[in-house]
Amino acid sequence: MTKLSTSAKVYLAMVFIVLYAPIFYLVFYSFNSGGSMNSFESFTLEHYKAVFEDSRLLVILINTVIVALLSALISTIIGTLGAIGIVTVKDAKMRNTLLSLNNVLIVSPDVIIGASFLILFTMVGIKLGFASVLLAHVAFSVPIVVLMVLPKLLEMNKSLIDAALDLGATKKDIMMRVILPYIQPGIFAGFFLALTYSLDDFAVTFFVTGNGFSTLSVEIYSMARAGISLTVNAISGLVFFVTVFVVIGYYFITSRASKRTEGQQ
Amino acid sequence: MQTKTSKSALFPYVLWIALFVIAPIALVVYYSLLDLHGNFTLDNYKAFFTSVYLKMTLSSFWYAFLITFFTLLISYPTAYFLTKTKHKQLWLLLIIIPSWINLLLKTYAFIGIFGLYGPLNAFIEVFGFDPQQMLFTDISFVFVSVYIFIPFMILPIFNSLDRLNPTLIYAARDLGASAFTTFRRVVLPLTLDGVKSGIQVVFIPALSLFMITRLIAGNRVITLGTAIEQQFLVTQNWGMGSTIAVFLILFMVIIMLITGQKDKGGRVR
Repeated sequence: MTKLSTSAKVYLAMVFIVLYAPIFYLVFYSFNSGGSMNSFESFTLEHYKAVFEDSRLLVILINTVIVALLSALISTIIGTLGAIGIVTVKDAKMRNTLLSLNNVLIVSPDVIIGASFLILFTMVGIKLGFASVLLAHVAFSVPIVVLMVLPKLLEMNKSLIDAALDLGATKKDIMMRVILPYIQPGIFAGFFLALTYSLDDFAVTFFVTGNGFSTLSVEIYSMARAGISLTVNAISGLVFFVTVFVVIGYYFITSRASKRTEGQQ
Repeated sequence: MQTKTSKSALFPYVLWIALFVIAPIALVVYYSLLDLHGNFTLDNYKAFFTSVYLKMTLSSFWYAFLITFFTLLISYPTAYFLTKTKHKQLWLLLIIIPSWINLLLKTYAFIGIFGLYGPLNAFIEVFGFDPQQMLFTDISFVFVSVYIFIPFMILPIFNSLDRLNPTLIYAARDLGASAFTTFRRVVLPLTLDGVKSGIQVVFIPALSLFMITRLIAGNRVITLGTAIEQQFLVTQNWGMGSTIAVFLILFMVIIMLITGQKDKGGRVR
């Protein structure tokens, strides 16, 4: 381990400044009483007030959260079942095919996912709106859940199941009391990731949403195209604080968990 | 676990694959063979090989190349220095946090920053330059894209650097290799996999960006993604849009084969 030179530290500092500058820039001007992001007049919370008084925006915010929670829940169920199913497939070729198909939606550009889902929903006759957005979010979240759960299943010791069987456990017992508790961290990680992907998605939603339904990303896009509005800054301020809050919580939970397992060893 | 009940767990998953993986791709290929009136035709493919679309494809590749190149140029040293810091996981987390902020919000920030009365122009005016319209230029487009992709490039490179066995570096130094030779002959080849997955997670999305081109480049830059969005949502010519999508899928497969390796990288949106 060599020590960092000063120039390396300066370089890292520069990268951090560039990464965070736009975010702080947005948050800073969200408190600006002037109407633009150019000159700061005086401190105000009116833009935050505007967010909470704009019932249309609040509906969109609720939509976004509902779609994220529902799609994460459904895709976690399908994905977990899928992962459990995949490990039971004995044929190596078949298993690899399933895994490659699983990765298609992960590597595909959003534009292609969006466009192809638009064709699919139109052909099947699903009305564009809440249902199509929810289905699309479930669809692109499933493979992520599978990838989070699968490693946990693979590292699980098979003799745990044999032991349970020897002790007279039924299939249901094995699923509920052996497999699911063991892969629980993978399931939670999958749910959490699916949630963040859904909250963050713009391109796919943009394709499959109709006129009457909108999520936060799509709304910000149309607001940004219309020009600068400090309401967007206030939204980004809120998003930023929530994100940091979640990350800090996540960091403490995982570091405590890893300390605990280290202590056991 | 080799029971019938766990086999039946596979059912909803296989249904998902059929409906949302296989069917959409088949439909895109099918639609690429239709004209505006729903008749079978190869005209869309013919149209793709005209100079308009070939030029667009070429420029899309050129921008994707520039974006990937600059992202790599900035990310590799960053990842390298990060692995040398104390509390490197915490620092890495701090690099990742901006990628969790909504992409649209970050892009929106740059509309203000690059604007005619924005801070960047205020800054260059201090040095006596006239304010420039920086929004709606190629440079601003590349800059914002690089900004967006940096965390996604750092992550795989950091992981491969972190896995690198330090004794290999000590051995190289003991054998008289200079710092630069050690880097070129030992560190770089052993972290090439990370670089490859970094390129993969940047290049493919860079080919298909469309909202950054609209918001920052003001329709000056047309990528394959912009063209698909245009054909589907504005012109309503799903046939041509699907044809471009088919080619984008082909390019994607080729890039995956070139940069392919066993472990997969993350996902960028």
